[in-house]
Amino acid sequence: MGTLKQFKLPDVGEGLTEGEILQWLVAVGDTVTVNQPLCEVETAKAAVELPSPYAGTVTALLHDAGTTVDVGTPIITIDVGGDAAPAPTGDGGETADGAGGEEVAAGLIGGAAPGGRTAVLVGYGPRNTEARRRPRRAAVPADAATPGADYGSGGQQRPPLLATAPDVTTKPVRHGGLEVGRQAEAHAASVEAAPSRAAEAGRRRPRPLAKPPVRKLAKDLGVDLTALSGSGDGGVITRADVEAAAAGPAPVTELRPAPAAAAGEQRIPVKGVRKHTAAAMVASAFTAPHVTEFLTVDVTRMVKLRSRIAARPEFAGVKVSPLLFVAKALLLAAARHPMVNSSWDEAAQEIVVHGQVNLGIAAATPRGLVVPNVKDAGRLSLAELAGALAQLTETARAGRTAPEDMTGGTMTITNVGVFGVDTGTPILNPGESAILAFGAIREMPWVHKGKVRPRQVTQLALSFDHRIIDGELGSRFLADVGALLSDPGTALAF
Amino acid sequence: MCEWCHTRAPRDVHTARFEPATPAAAADGEEEHVSVSSATEVVDPVPGAGAPHLPRQPDLVQLLTPEGERVAHPEYAIDLDAEELRDLYRDLVLVRRWDVEATALQRQGELGIWASLLGQEAAQIGAGRALQPGDMAFPTYREHGVAWTRGVDPLHVISLFRGVDNGGWDPVATAFNLYTVVIGAQTLHATGYAMGVQRDGAESAVLAFLGDGATSQGEVNEAMIWAASFSAPVVFFCQNNQYAISVPLERQSRVPLYQRAAGFGFPGVRVDGNDVLAVLAVTRAALAAAREGQGPTFIEAFTYRMGAHTTSDDPTRYRLASELEEWKLRDPIARVKAYLSRSGVADAEFFAAVEAEADELAARIRRGTTEMPDPPGTAMFDQVYAEQTPHLAQQQAEFEAYQASFEGGGH
Repeated sequence: MGTLKQFKLPDVGEGLTEGEILQWLVAVGDTVTVNQPLCEVETAKAAVELPSPYAGTVTALLHDAGTTVDVGTPIITIDVGGDAAPAPTGDGGETADGAGGEEVAAGLIGGAAPGGRTAVLVGYGPRNTEARRRPRRAAVPADAATPGADYGSGGQQRPPLLATAPDVTTKPVRHGGLEVGRQAEAHAASVEAAPSRAAEAGRRRPRPLAKPPVRKLAKDLGVDLTALSGSGDGGVITRADVEAAAAGPAPVTELRPAPAAAAGEQRIPVKGVRKHTAAAMVASAFTAPHVTEFLTVDVTRMVKLRSRIAARPEFAGVKVSPLLFVAKALLLAAARHPMVNSSWDEAAQEIVVHGQVNLGIAAATPRGLVVPNVKDAGRLSLAELAGALAQLTETARAGRTAPEDMTGGTMTITNVGVFGVDTGTPILNPGESAILAFGAIREMPWVHKGKVRPRQVTQLALSFDHRIIDGELGSRFLADVGALLSDPGTALAF
Repeated sequence: MCEWCHTRAPRDVHTARFEPATPAAAADGEEEHVSVSSATEVVDPVPGAGAPHLPRQPDLVQLLTPEGERVAHPEYAIDLDAEELRDLYRDLVLVRRWDVEATALQRQGELGIWASLLGQEAAQIGAGRALQPGDMAFPTYREHGVAWTRGVDPLHVISLFRGVDNGGWDPVATAFNLYTVVIGAQTLHATGYAMGVQRDGAESAVLAFLGDGATSQGEVNEAMIWAASFSAPVVFFCQNNQYAISVPLERQSRVPLYQRAAGFGFPGVRVDGNDVLAVLAVTRAALAAAREGQGPTFIEAFTYRMGAHTTSDDPTRYRLASELEEWKLRDPIARVKAYLSRSGVADAEFFAAVEAEADELAARIRRGTTEMPDPPGTAMFDQVYAEQTPHLAQQQAEFEAYQASFEGGGH
């Protein structure tokens, strides 16, 4: 076996720290030439092909495709042939900054690995690219000890990187290289002439660390920065520190505990259904861009139909509620617009159009809101649907809903009308694309056949995920639901 | 249909391609479709066959079509002997090879960044070869082809992109200023330099390079106003590569760029930037006019950046692959190769020799790059002023002390 060279993942952008290997374009055993593409890497900036710096035979791919690798980590080993035949890069393969190639022993496995461990498998084991700082010498060289700012890390005195304002007495007349140069000369002369002053400056309390706007704020508020201890990184005094100091001796911290008795408020631990509901609502509200549309519908015919249907023998013993008709209308309309019955799969970057409607019904229970669903509700007859809905809500209120009944929902109805409420802007059940709020049915003055009549009127509100459902589709769907409720005979046309 | 629409070649090709040439264009003779009947003479398949011509641009100066056919232009003629033609081809191939190698070196971690000239070789070689020894050029950071024509060692350009120095060449000796990264700033330097040339009474000209994006910069407009007002002997050579990083030209200008020159009060010319002969002819004429005291000219070299803006950029995020494919058909090198082989100026042996030379150059660049020594950490203090100021000396001492505070010594 000849000389093995490793190619480390370079920083292909400016200041990148890692890249994902999208795919390998070579395999172990392949012969590669200089600049032959080895793999495709995606970074925060671009997807690029990495060309080989070596000619030889691939002996190992150190990371699988799909792996995210830190810059500087070896990704491939190439056998560049006999010892006497260096890679086309010559000896320059070992660059000073180590970003290029590195010669490794042929017996890689079993060799030393970073962190004092022994490499047992190529490409595995501890990473050697953690962010690290070069160790500092224990003491500052005596000759370098000049007065300067404290950098805020343990009070160690270091020489300043840049000299600060040289001398207030030698203000430059105007800006320009010459003036700055003269100013610096004057400063250098004055420092030499007054060593005692420099020594004194060294003993002075270090200048407190704060950004210029914070210094300005402190000055405006009359706060002495040297009296504060900063809460920012490295002891930097923040705006909040200054404001707190200006507001007087921290009253905030004393007000905080135990306000219950005084204010009469009650503190309830967030857990159980409440916790789950909160998490689900936050996830939904901040994941799916919601759009809500409203429709006011004259449902007088539906109400009349309901009493006729309830009288039919097959509905004996089941509750024929307005919700049943809304559910049926939704199912019929969804069959016409299958796209509303869908999910957004972020991971796969796909829209999943469901084959069946698992219709969720938001149910208020003593433990909180639960949303059990009727599986494949579109397949059920109206009587079966009525039975399923009744059973669902009963079970839910009894707190006995099985977990499988609460998962897999594809669309939801929330019946806010039972609380006497007109309408609302429902939040999607996470993972679903549409939710229909059904308001109270009220007798209202309504223009019917050209005359104002008392009619049974309700409001529908449909929220939908705008990533999947456009305004047109959402509107058509809601209009269909409304049409079915205002004129149930429309169902024959569907 | 307005002229501007025609300039947007990639989006207008289909209508333009099948429309007959306008009588005006036909009269100029510059837009003639010359069918290649004797394809057997060509080494490669006809390179530009099926290339949508830069559609009906009556003002576009072209002397060599994408198919490699010589066409005439009433104002710009060029007569090159066989050796000059072969040299141009050699320049184009070697510069492209340098660029490809540098891009690969960046991907291998050897360069911090690289600004590719891929696709702009003809614009740069044509402009660079138009310069006379006494002329001065002010590049952006992409003019590797011009650097080549000024005799700058590629490794001296590479060292800048490796972070080893700030440009390794002598701008006075090479008459090629250091790269300017600040967009458009070099146009002011060039104009000022040209005004100096003017006051010296010297008979030389200044070539200022800029890109299409730079035309939106204040400095460029200031430079043009100064140049026009003082009739400075400067030529503004704008490589319109269609994109200011990701911003397309239609977000930079509502008129063709060359027409802007009229507003400043000097001539503007649009040339096929992928036609090295036309670029050479147009730039020569503009530089000659400048030397003769006729003032500035604005040249818009209509070209295309085939690669990314820099190696940190991903052009697939803002332009379509079909656009790239169209421009591939207008390749600046393929047309020269077709012309040389068809006209008998060069044979397969010559092309093979140039390829071999390119391989040698690439190997030399690769070796030279990886062997380039890192400079001492204090090198940045060395060339700020001719004589170091006390202030800077103090900074250097502090920096050295800071570096020495680390274990393992300074770097």
